[in-house]
Amino acid sequence: MRHTISVLVENKFGVLSRVSGLFSGRGYNIESLSVDETIDPQLSVMTIVTSGDDQIIEQITKQLNKLIDVIKVVDLTEVDHVEREMILVKITPKQQDKAEALRLVDIFRGRVVDSSPRTYTFEITGDEKKIAAFVELIKPFGIKEFVRTGKIAMAREGVKKS
Amino acid sequence: MRMSGAEILIESLKKEGVKHIFGYPGGVVLNIFDLLYENEDFQVILTRHEQGAVHAADGYARSTGKPGVALVTSGPGATNTVTGIATAYMDSVPLVVLTGQVSTDLIGNDAFQEADIVGITRPCTKHNYLVKDVKDLARTIREAFYIATTGRPGPVLIDIPKDVTVNKATFKWPEQVSLRSYNPTYEGNKWMIKQAARTIQKAKKAVIIAGGGVILSNAARELKELIEFAEVPVTMTLMGLGDFPGAHELSLGMLGMHGTYYANKAIQESDLIVAVGIRFDDRVTGRVKDFAPHAKIIHIDIDPTSIRKNVRVDIPIVGDAKRILKVLLSILKEEGKSQWEPVRKSWLKQIELWKKEHPLSYAYSDTIIKPQYVVEQLYELTKGNAIISTEVGQNQMWAAQFYKYDKPRTLLTSGGLGTMGYGFPAAMGAQVAHPGMTIIDIAGDGSIQMNIQELATCVLYKLPVKVAILNNQYLGMVRQWQELFYGERYSCSHLDTVPDFVKVAEGYGAVGLRAVKPSEVVPVIKAALKIKDKPVFMDFVVDWKEKVFPMVPAGAAIDEMMLGEEAEEKKKKKLRAVK
Ligand SMILES: Cc1ncc(C[n+]2csc(CCOP(=O)(O)OP(=O)(O)O)c2C)c(N)n1
Ligand SMILES: [Mg+2]
Repeated sequence: MRHTISVLVENKFGVLSRVSGLFSGRGYNIESLSVDETIDPQLSVMTIVTSGDDQIIEQITKQLNKLIDVIKVVDLTEVDHVEREMILVKITPKQQDKAEALRLVDIFRGRVVDSSPRTYTFEITGDEKKIAAFVELIKPFGIKEFVRTGKIAMAREGVKKS
Repeated sequence: MRMSGAEILIESLKKEGVKHIFGYPGGVVLNIFDLLYENEDFQVILTRHEQGAVHAADGYARSTGKPGVALVTSGPGATNTVTGIATAYMDSVPLVVLTGQVSTDLIGNDAFQEADIVGITRPCTKHNYLVKDVKDLARTIREAFYIATTGRPGPVLIDIPKDVTVNKATFKWPEQVSLRSYNPTYEGNKWMIKQAARTIQKAKKAVIIAGGGVILSNAARELKELIEFAEVPVTMTLMGLGDFPGAHELSLGMLGMHGTYYANKAIQESDLIVAVGIRFDDRVTGRVKDFAPHAKIIHIDIDPTSIRKNVRVDIPIVGDAKRILKVLLSILKEEGKSQWEPVRKSWLKQIELWKKEHPLSYAYSDTIIKPQYVVEQLYELTKGNAIISTEVGQNQMWAAQFYKYDKPRTLLTSGGLGTMGYGFPAAMGAQVAHPGMTIIDIAGDGSIQMNIQELATCVLYKLPVKVAILNNQYLGMVRQWQELFYGERYSCSHLDTVPDFVKVAEGYGAVGLRAVKPSEVVPVIKAALKIKDKPVFMDFVVDWKEKVFPMVPAGAAIDEMMLGEEAEEKKKKKLRAVK
């Protein structure tokens, strides 16, 4: 099963490689990883999407906790939480399809962040399902470039964290 | 007071109570070595290889419980420490390894003797540091010692660039270490311990498995009390030998791949396993899915990742073995033991039968030296009053089977990594820590050649380490596998030329002795034990055909043991008799 794990770490040199090294060294896979400083510049949060059976996920969270620079590990899959990721997608629509493409972006509450005579670049934010649905619909318009941030996630308020 | 980085380093080591440093100099650490010149506070032991330095620090640490310290230069000096660090990491040995690094302005430039040792050792250290600012040096050293020695111990590496040893800062020794991200659990969960007590009371066929964690937490006394009070037999992992007196009637010796018949049998028949300070290595469990099929498992360990990593666990208790065993004992004692006495007796009787059925044995010969005989005589002649280290291979397993360890910290052996070349420098480190004590490395002729250069160190510092070489002209354990599982195709396991170890020893200024006949074994050991100021090589020319039994083939369940020809023969005869 897929799990979204939030890892609070000391914002120190080398922490990312300790975490990614743990995953590669022990044969766990990382489906996505996003990381940045928090409001407190001494801390960073990593959101890691991984998969495995219960025993593997238990090991992953324990092994993460064992790293000296890791302060807190929360398996968000266990609790009610919100997830978001963002994509940037550049398309090359035919002249007659342009209006349709723009309407699609509108429906998904996306934005046009760049345009040129031959291309549009859209920004879409949402959870995994929404992104997947949008990508499915925009594909026929001819995707030229595509990037995604990887997931960030947060527990909902009032939910007990482990 | 403002001091240079090198001075801060020295002051910090003093504050940590360091007395011995195992080291090897080089360009970027010269400022540090310069301060060690004629320094009265430390003894610096100049080894002949950085690997030797780290293993020596490791032997020092394992035999004392205090952290071992090694100091080496950048690049090749640093990379030479890796095997030693990985060895210590696998066996949870507290070390602080100090490596020099090229100056901060050169890092990343492929400078002369630059190696990214922090990157290289990240997966085999408990933690590691690159100190970029001299202001962080004292705090880093304090943290490193703290991390190395608390929780589940392990090696910590500090990489110190040359300019950091020169730059100046005010020396401020932090009185306390507080790391918000590092808080080992020491107290076990009370409710879980109660559950464990209840389960132990109900068990009819309980076995305790004690591991290296018992030694690390100094819990041998509590363990013994538990074993004797609950009348539960105990088996030990390789790392756990010494947890409990090997000659005690409740000891089943070692379990696992080369464990005793009765230990492995008892595990497989048991209805409860109490595992203390072990991590269920595959050499212990055999085929995991068939490990202890009828048993509930109580697992006590300070490292949460050890629990449920390899085997299912019914009652997990995370914490310090000593504290948990104390609480467990007090609960058991409150309730008394009358209820279980009769059931325990019949289980112990069953175990006695297994012990009689297949004791550890070998066929003594009076024409050719059996390696097991050498180990047995080492035990007889030291009365167990020695620290034994081992190399890796058959020698290591015979040392585990035929020497009876009475006390913790009397066996130094590379369990997790299985590092050939560990035993001799480790023995040297132990000798530094215990000057008057008999220290013996039980070695193979292959392994001893991996760090044989440390003879010079032992001669120089008058360390009377004894090395008992079980000279079979083979990488014996490899040969054993090839004989049993590879159709006797002895690819690269015959050593062909083995040096004359007596001459090698003499060449270094040490003592060399040799025994070729069984009758010479005891006199050689006696002569070696008398030597107090020089290392001794004892070259025992042994029967190269001997194999280690019992043996659980890789991938088999631990009761699927090969017991050796002799035992097989006996079994056949018995079968015939029954017919
Ligand atoms: C550094 C290292 N290289 C290779 C091995 C694999 N290995 C395990 S036992 C063994 C043979 C050891 O030979 P020797 O020291 O003569 O011991 P014996 O088995 O003959 O007692 C080898 C090569 C190892 N454990 N460590
Ligand atoms: Mg050999």
